[in-house]
Amino acid sequence: MKHFRSIDEAGPEAVRRLLDLADHMAEVNRRPNPKVPALRGKTVCNVFFEDSTRTRLSFETAAKRLSADIMNFAVSSSSVNKGESLRDTIETIAAMGVDAFVIRHKSSGVPWQVSDWTRASVINAGDGWHSHPTQALLDCYTIRTSLNRTESFDGLKIAIVGDIKHSRVARSDIRAFTMLGADVTLVAPRTLLPPVTDVPVVTELDDIIGDLDVIYLLRMQQERMTESLVPSLREYTIRFGLTPARAKRLPEHALIMHPGPMNRGVEMAVDPSELPGSVITQQVTNGIAVRMAVLFDLLGSGSNLEENE
Amino acid sequence: MTDSKQVLGPDDVRRVITRMAHEIIERNHGLDGVALIGLQRGGVWLAESLGAEIARIDHEIPVGSIDASLYRDDIGLRPVSPGSVSEVNFEIDGAIVVLVDDVLFTGRTVKAALDAITDYGRPSAVQLAVLVDRGHRELPIRPDFVGKNLPTSKDEQVAATAGGVVIS
Repeated sequence: MKHFRSIDEAGPEAVRRLLDLADHMAEVNRRPNPKVPALRGKTVCNVFFEDSTRTRLSFETAAKRLSADIMNFAVSSSSVNKGESLRDTIETIAAMGVDAFVIRHKSSGVPWQVSDWTRASVINAGDGWHSHPTQALLDCYTIRTSLNRTESFDGLKIAIVGDIKHSRVARSDIRAFTMLGADVTLVAPRTLLPPVTDVPVVTELDDIIGDLDVIYLLRMQQERMTESLVPSLREYTIRFGLTPARAKRLPEHALIMHPGPMNRGVEMAVDPSELPGSVITQQVTNGIAVRMAVLFDLLGSGSNLEENE
Repeated sequence: MTDSKQVLGPDDVRRVITRMAHEIIERNHGLDGVALIGLQRGGVWLAESLGAEIARIDHEIPVGSIDASLYRDDIGLRPVSPGSVSEVNFEIDGAIVVLVDDVLFTGRTVKAALDAITDYGRPSAVQLAVLVDRGHRELPIRPDFVGKNLPTSKDEQVAATAGGVVIS
């Protein structure tokens, strides 16, 4: 694989391969010295045009544990502020010798554009509302290891709850979960649903909560209030938040997931550290392993040898 | 079509494993601190067989496996598909680690495995046991325990399993 830009573009075979590879990376991460020499001499550049702490740090850690060199490009202190175009910025960094770009941008499709301007591999770390494929991978990996579902997600009932419309996490997760065989249901007010979707939708969380294997809560972005897409955060919590009462109705084995950053008291109206099913911190830990898998697959596995020629 | 030739049969392999088990015990004056680590993928069955044989002769010792694909010196030059996840569930510090592989060829896999082992700890010694030594070393590596020395040409393929050793 040359690039990792969306779950659909990668396809089921690559998704499974990356999840298998993540097992190896997780084993490395459990060692006292969690570092391997696999990507010595490779350079990875983080280019984040949007704020991020966990994704950027996760990629940085992943690259370092594989012994790659990592450069961090901070937009706020860069020549972008002097009016340099995206293309010139990318070409300038590429000229310094970069093997992979990790890109986050507020506009959908930017990772595809960038790969036209450079010979380096491109990893999508979030583009607009469109796609966030490494988040989907780490979510799949977390479900797979927590529920011991190595082969497939056949029959797993997963609800994604919240602002589906503006969420690249939701879009990538829907693709990845269904690709692996899960039954995905979306739970959201109508104003926060995309115009078209090919998975079932319900508007009452209470109707399905007693029969879920995974509940995936999305972050309720504060700015949706000003756009009057929801009447009030309080009302959102009452209908769609994970309250103590709802947490009790979840099946005992059910996982509680969240991509972070969390709005405590809004979508998460209960302390997740008190919920035995919460795997939110595992998601963060697993993020490093799956990003190591992606970096190794693109830069080290030799699986892109033919594509390079 | 390529001609394939069976060099050892299943019974021969069994006898060879018994002999190697005795040699490992003899060389180390017992089994104090000795552990076996099979190299993914081909060395794992052999490490398990050697472990079972050693347990039959004397007593049980730790057996692990290691996947050295993240340590290879040809990363990016050829397709890599890791085997199963490494399993080292015992203390490497101070252990006498016997690396086990099916076929010893260029020595590059063994070199990668040596690098991997040292990331788990500092063994007091590392020894190498292989079912088949087919020559053509590219690194200064030699085995301590050999099932069979097998002269080959570089382009021949050697398969070594519990079912026998076959050149093709």
